Parts: sequence; structure tokens; C-alpha cells
Amino acid sequence: MRALVTGLSTYWGGRVAQALEQRPDVEVVVGVDTKDPRTPLERTEFVRTDSSHSILSRIVRATQVDTIVHTHLVVDSTRATSRTLHEINVIGTMNLLAAAGAPASPVRKVVLKSSGLVYGANKADPYCFREEMQRSGPANTPVERSLLEVEAFVRDFADDNPHVDVSLLRFANVLGVDIDTPFTAALRRPVVPEILGFDSRLQFVHEDDVVSALMYAIDNDIPGVYNVGADGNLPWSEVCAIVGKRRLALPFVFTNLAVEPARLLRLWDLPPEAMDLLRFGRTIDNSRYKRAGFRYAYTTATTVEAFAQALRLAGTIGDSRPTYRYEREVEDFFRHSPAVVRPDPA
Amino acid sequence: MPDRPECAPERTLDIAPASPPDVDLTEIEPGIGRDLVPLARTLPSAPAQVRRSDVDRWGRSEHFRALTRRAFDPVYKHWFRVEWEGFENLPEAGGALLVANHAGAIPPDAPSIMHGIEKDLGRPVYGLAENLFRALPVVGTLWSRSGGVAAHPDNAYRLLHDEQQLVLVFPEGTKATGKVYADRYRLRRFGRGGFVDIAMRAGVPVVPIAVMGAEETMPIVFKSSRLAKLLNLPYFPITANMLAFGPAGIVAYLPAKFRIRVLPPVHFDIAPNQERYSRSRVMEESERIRRMVQDALYDMLRKRRSVWFG
Repeated sequence: MRALVTGLSTYWGGRVAQALEQRPDVEVVVGVDTKDPRTPLERTEFVRTDSSHSILSRIVRATQVDTIVHTHLVVDSTRATSRTLHEINVIGTMNLLAAAGAPASPVRKVVLKSSGLVYGANKADPYCFREEMQRSGPANTPVERSLLEVEAFVRDFADDNPHVDVSLLRFANVLGVDIDTPFTAALRRPVVPEILGFDSRLQFVHEDDVVSALMYAIDNDIPGVYNVGADGNLPWSEVCAIVGKRRLALPFVFTNLAVEPARLLRLWDLPPEAMDLLRFGRTIDNSRYKRAGFRYAYTTATTVEAFAQALRLAGTIGDSRPTYRYEREVEDFFRHSPAVVRPDPA
Repeated sequence: MPDRPECAPERTLDIAPASPPDVDLTEIEPGIGRDLVPLARTLPSAPAQVRRSDVDRWGRSEHFRALTRRAFDPVYKHWFRVEWEGFENLPEAGGALLVANHAGAIPPDAPSIMHGIEKDLGRPVYGLAENLFRALPVVGTLWSRSGGVAAHPDNAYRLLHDEQQLVLVFPEGTKATGKVYADRYRLRRFGRGGFVDIAMRAGVPVVPIAVMGAEETMPIVFKSSRLAKLLNLPYFPITANMLAFGPAGIVAYLPAKFRIRVLPPVHFDIAPNQERYSRSRVMEESERIRRMVQDALYDMLRKRRSVWFG
């Protein structure tokens, strides 16, 4: 397998590349991103690109990759302005799919990391979304709109390229001590927001399960759309109780306005789509991916518990995330210098 | 759970439903590759030990229900003096769709039916209601904790088919609770028969229930459509209770005697999980069930000597 990973400097890109490196059957791992990788990698070749991946078709042609793992969809709108969001998600995916679908392209598999955000959170929602269900309200936030657009491209691509296995995974909210999402950030604070009078049920997925889910789609030929979320759901009040945080109620009218001071003070940075979740909640049906053979290591409850335990440990020993800085010369030296004794590939 | 290609979009990416691979490929360990954080990850304890509340996936909490039952019991026993007929028609096991008539500006029939069944049959009842509730602060949460579920066809199907629960539905909806006193005990249209469709799909019987008494607990004298529009409500009633007790009338029910008659279950002789059910068959069954409830009500009203004493 020759693999290309987008978003190498993101948490997911880094972890997928690390996992791919460990496989003896993976000959080449190429990673692209706009920023330097933040994870130590052994043999992944890093190429810096612009946010819209415009040189991707050249990279694909030159490296003859057969598998593309697209982890670089921004699902956290606090990370990017709506313009960069559009650039990365929509234009980036467009260029990626154009590269993958070019004549005589060697690409045979595309795995994408999308989000349950495509379903939205609305009062008319069913309790549990199946993959074929449509969202019940219009998409009001840029990130939701861009993901819907991306999925439309992906659908077209899958129709036009039946010889390529396209797996699109929609993830529930990720919880893990290593990953920053609006929810993990809020749960690290001493007080956690809630909306007065609402106690919606949320579903989470553990960061390890996210990586195994991506790897499962890479390893198996399972084209299609799959929801990935841990079993069960929990009321937000219970999530906070397990993590051991007090809740502060926001008014149920003008909620986004009320949360603005907290945003400015960098207490919580909950985007509108997260506020919708606190109001209406969302659960996605994970049974299709289970039928495809995937097994979760965590349920929603154990995901929250694992997160709480990791937070408690971090509270005692401090942030133990290793600091790593990418040095191009060093990495090039280890990968390409004739002075380095590399194990024989055979 | 069987695949149901319900409400499928025009095009789906799904090329073929994935078949489970022959070899068990689930050996991928959770901490795949090297951990970014050199922390020992212990798999947490069983989910049951993690849980801090008993809120189920639908939002219902048996603990909370027990509290509300305790609070409602005096009202049930001494105010409405609920009496059941045909209680044995309720199934002790398996899913069933309970279909009842609806009445009262703020209908007391739903809590009464749920209370009686949970108390005397010992099975939880999930009540389907308009998703308007979900958007209400506090009320929506309490409603959900006591077994309220938004009336989405997929929710009903999951409850009935996958979980084999008892589900209570009022097919007349707000058309019934919003009718004026002069129209009492005259059943409105049973929606578009969606409840029959769901019961057929889920392969469960419909148990029709006729409730007498709820109409007189909070009769609507007249309705203000302008205020309803302003407040974005389905109707804005001026009830006899409000006229009699002032603001307290919003929650004070008149002590009408309740009689609830459970009719024999209606089984549909039709295969479940079909893609589509004949519209005419669905409408026919829906109308038949409506007729059954209406006839039972007329029969009960013929025997009723007093609104207050039954």
C-alpha cells in the first residue's frame, strides 16, 4: 500500500500516519499539510502544501499512491474563519478528489473523516440518525454547510469512479485528553456551560476509537457512508457529573449572545453548532459500521469516564504532552542520508 | 436490526451494504500505533458503574418517573378517581401501540394512562408528542425524563420494533385538545394514519383506548387565534377553569370522573418491515380504529349518569 494522508499536522493526520508507518505492508506514507507536523514520524514524507491542496494532483502522480486518507476536514469552527474553512474543506476536498479521479490515477481507495455535524441538531430530529437520513433543519453554520458540500462532492466522485472504494466516516463528538474540541476544552474548565432548562443527550466517541475506525476503513474494502459514535448517549448533566465539573446555566433565549463574554474571556469557545447540541443533542446510529465488522473499545459512558480519569491524572502531573518540533533538515537526514543505516526493506 | 431504506435521499454514496468480512479483522487494538501521550491507558470500568443517573437513551428516567408517580398518585386516585375497564387487553410483554382519544386544554389523559399502566402493569410507557415540547426549556426536559418522546416515525419504530416497548400516541394531536367544549367526545381526524403504518412496519398490534372524563377537566370556552399566532402555539385557549379560578385555572383541573376503557388489540395480518404499505389499507385501518374508539366513547357516555361521579 502506498498511502497519502492529508492534514498531517492535525492530531488525526499524525496518528493515522503513525499507525500506517507501523505496517510492514505500507511501502510509502506521504503526508501533506500547511503546517509542520506536530508528531514524531519515522518514515512519513512530509510535503507542505497550501490549504486548498492545489498541488495534490502532481503529488499523486509523482508518488503513485493508491490510498488517500483525508483527515483534513475542519469540523471545529473555532479553529478557522469561515473563509479558511471553506478553502480547506470545500476547495481542498475538490482538489483532492480531482487528483484522485484524474485519468490513469493510481488511487483505488479514499477514506474521509467527516462529522455528525452534517445531521445538525434540531427539535424535529429523530432520536438516532441513520446514514441515509437527511437533516431536519437547514444548515445555518458555515462548517455544517461546508461539510454538506464536501459530502455532495464525495457522492459525485463515488458515482463517477466506481473502481475507487470511497469510505466516508461521520464521527460523533470526539472526547479524549489529547484532542482539543470545543467540548473537551469546555470540560477542562472549572465551570461548564449548559442552557437553562435543557439537558440534552449527547453521544461521544473516544479518540482511540476514531483512529481505529479510520484504520479499519483503510484496511478493509467497505465503501459507503458510516456513522462512527460510541454506544449509548448521556445527558449533558451526567457528563459534567462524571467529569466532576459544575455547570453554569446560560439563558435559553439569546444564548449565543450570552456566551459571547465567555468567548472573549476565552473561558468557553462554544460555536453555534455546539450550542445547538446542548439544546437538542444528537445521537447517530452506529450499527452499520458494526455490521461492517468494526468493534468499539469504548461506549459513550466509558469514553466520558476515560476522559475524566485522564483529566484527573493530568491535573496531578500536569500536561504531559511531549513537545516535538519538526526540523526539516533532521528529518531529511534520517530519511535520506546515505550515512543512516536503515533496516533492509526485505 | 434490519435495514430499512426509509426516507432515502435520491442518491446515496452507499454502493452496497457492507457485508461482514469473512475473517474477523477486529484485532486492531484501541491504542493503535504509538501513543502520542506516554500515559498508561487503562480501559475504564463497565458502563453501568460509570453511570450517575438512570436516564435511558430516550431520556426517560425510571427514578424520576417514580417521583412523579408518587406526586400524581393522589390526583389519579382522589381527584380523577380513574377506573379502568378491559385492563387485561394490555399486553404483558412485547411492543404495542396504544392509541387513545385526546382532550383537555392541557390534556390530563396522557399522564393518567401512563400512570395506570406503569403502576398496575409494571411496564414503562413512552408517550409520543409533538416536538414542540423539545424546544421548551424545563418543561421539555421534565417531559423527556418522564417518558416523552418526539413523535418521529423512526422513534416510534425503534421503540416498538427494536425495543418492544409500549408506546402511547394520540393520533388526533392538537386538533383534539384544542377543540371547544361544544365538540366534546367527537373524535377529530386520526392524522394521516401514520400510526397504523408504523404499527404495521414494526409488526406490533394497536391497542385502542377510550378515555372518558378528560374533556370536562379543562373545557375550552373559546380560543384566541391571534394570541396563538403571537405566542407561536398551536392554540391559545380560554378555559372554564381560568374563568372560575383566574390564573390558577391554568393548572387547576375540574374533578371529572375518569373512565378508561382498553379495547381488544387490533392485529394487522401483514408482513412487517415492508418498504411501503398500501395507503388505502392504512387509511381503512386507521378509520376502523377511530370508529372503535368513538363507539366505545358513545357507549360509555350512555352509561354515565354524572360528569363528576361517573
